[in-house]
Amino acid sequence: MGSTTLAKGEKEKKHRGVRLWAVAVWLLVWQLGAMALGQEILLVSPVSVMLCLGELVPHWDFWSAILFSFWRITLGFLLACLVGTVLAVLSSRFGPVRDLAAPLMRVIQSIPVASFIILVLIWVPSRNLSVVISFLMVTPIVCQNVLGGISSMDQKLTEMADVFQVPFPRRLRYLYLPQVAPFFRSACAVGLGLCWKAGVAAEVIGLPDGSIGERLYEAKVYLNTPDLFAWTVVIVLVSLVFEKLFLFLLDRLVARLEQN
Amino acid sequence: MSIELLGVSKAFGEKQVLQNVSHLFPEGKLTCVMGPSGCGKTTLLSLLLGLVQPDAGEIRGMEGRRLSAIFQEDRLCENAGAVSNIRLVNPRLSKGEAEEMLREVGLGDSLGQPVRTLSGGMKRRVAILRALGAPYDTLLCDEPFKGLDEATKEQVIAYFQEKTRGKTVILVTHEKSEAQALGGELLLL
Repeated sequence: MGSTTLAKGEKEKKHRGVRLWAVAVWLLVWQLGAMALGQEILLVSPVSVMLCLGELVPHWDFWSAILFSFWRITLGFLLACLVGTVLAVLSSRFGPVRDLAAPLMRVIQSIPVASFIILVLIWVPSRNLSVVISFLMVTPIVCQNVLGGISSMDQKLTEMADVFQVPFPRRLRYLYLPQVAPFFRSACAVGLGLCWKAGVAAEVIGLPDGSIGERLYEAKVYLNTPDLFAWTVVIVLVSLVFEKLFLFLLDRLVARLEQN
Repeated sequence: MSIELLGVSKAFGEKQVLQNVSHLFPEGKLTCVMGPSGCGKTTLLSLLLGLVQPDAGEIRGMEGRRLSAIFQEDRLCENAGAVSNIRLVNPRLSKGEAEEMLREVGLGDSLGQPVRTLSGGMKRRVAILRALGAPYDTLLCDEPFKGLDEATKEQVIAYFQEKTRGKTVILVTHEKSEAQALGGELLLL
């Protein structure tokens, strides 16, 4: 009975993933749509996008733009993970911190990204704009999720730890970490997508030299639709690969800590 | 020094659970606490563990004691393995020692598995071993052998008796046969 349920669960989990045939169908629809329209400036075909990508890849400018944006957006994301988690822990321990942080997080979440970008551009050089913007977008998500995880902590387990006088580092590793990890993971999954969207948007407005955002802007100015699509594909791929890698490493780390 | 209850009372809202209970638990011996459901057996253990405070009366002899407990629920870290759960409360216990304990109660095949994948009876045995592996003077148990089949129960009770010999143990049970098998003093609530 147990194994049947497990097998069913595994099957459902697999089923939730993206199917290759579905991707192929949508690519075909895109290709047919582009062919039917016949105007590359309005809708470029996937084949043209791949050809454009093929032209971009051998150039160092292409990789340096990816590195420029990747480093800054990732830095903003990692800082947000750190600050959001610390803020959540402090909020869970100290009522006044929680009271002070709650409206701040709500305000950050409510303000449109474009307003933030323009506002932050006044304070921060455009080179570092994407760091700040991705940080601001992800911090509230991490903070609220981690706080949710801490709040839903099983009181019976903490009671058990009190009785056995389990020291804090061991509680952190065996009680709090497994409890909070799924909440933190889900915040990261949402945050990783968001920080790339917001980070690149910030670069398109701030136009830092040598960024993906600048290349997107140039493509728009010169109505170079294949370039625009090619860079969009690059953004999607880089953010997707980083998300998968980050979540994989996070899962491995949590499993290792719990099992040892 | 023995543990002594002096006129202890405890109520939850309108419900009076314990009323003026006095008893002396002898040091270094096992006492079985029995009584009908709702008579306050679990509350008594919670009072002794310091998880709740009495409304009236006094509990003497608990100061400075190292406590260990088998709770009514397993209260295990579900994602961690059985060895990690046992060593959680006593890091001085080596991995090998924890594994040996698990083998002695028939869990030799489940050493590497996360606890969430174990059956109810297996989890119960891990909870028992965790309590026995902790450094303690006094062990408080709430229906510790609940959910074990007869053969396993017999094996675990023998192991439990061997490991708790000479220790102060207060054990709540519903089953007369269990109390008889364990021996010791009897407190009827």
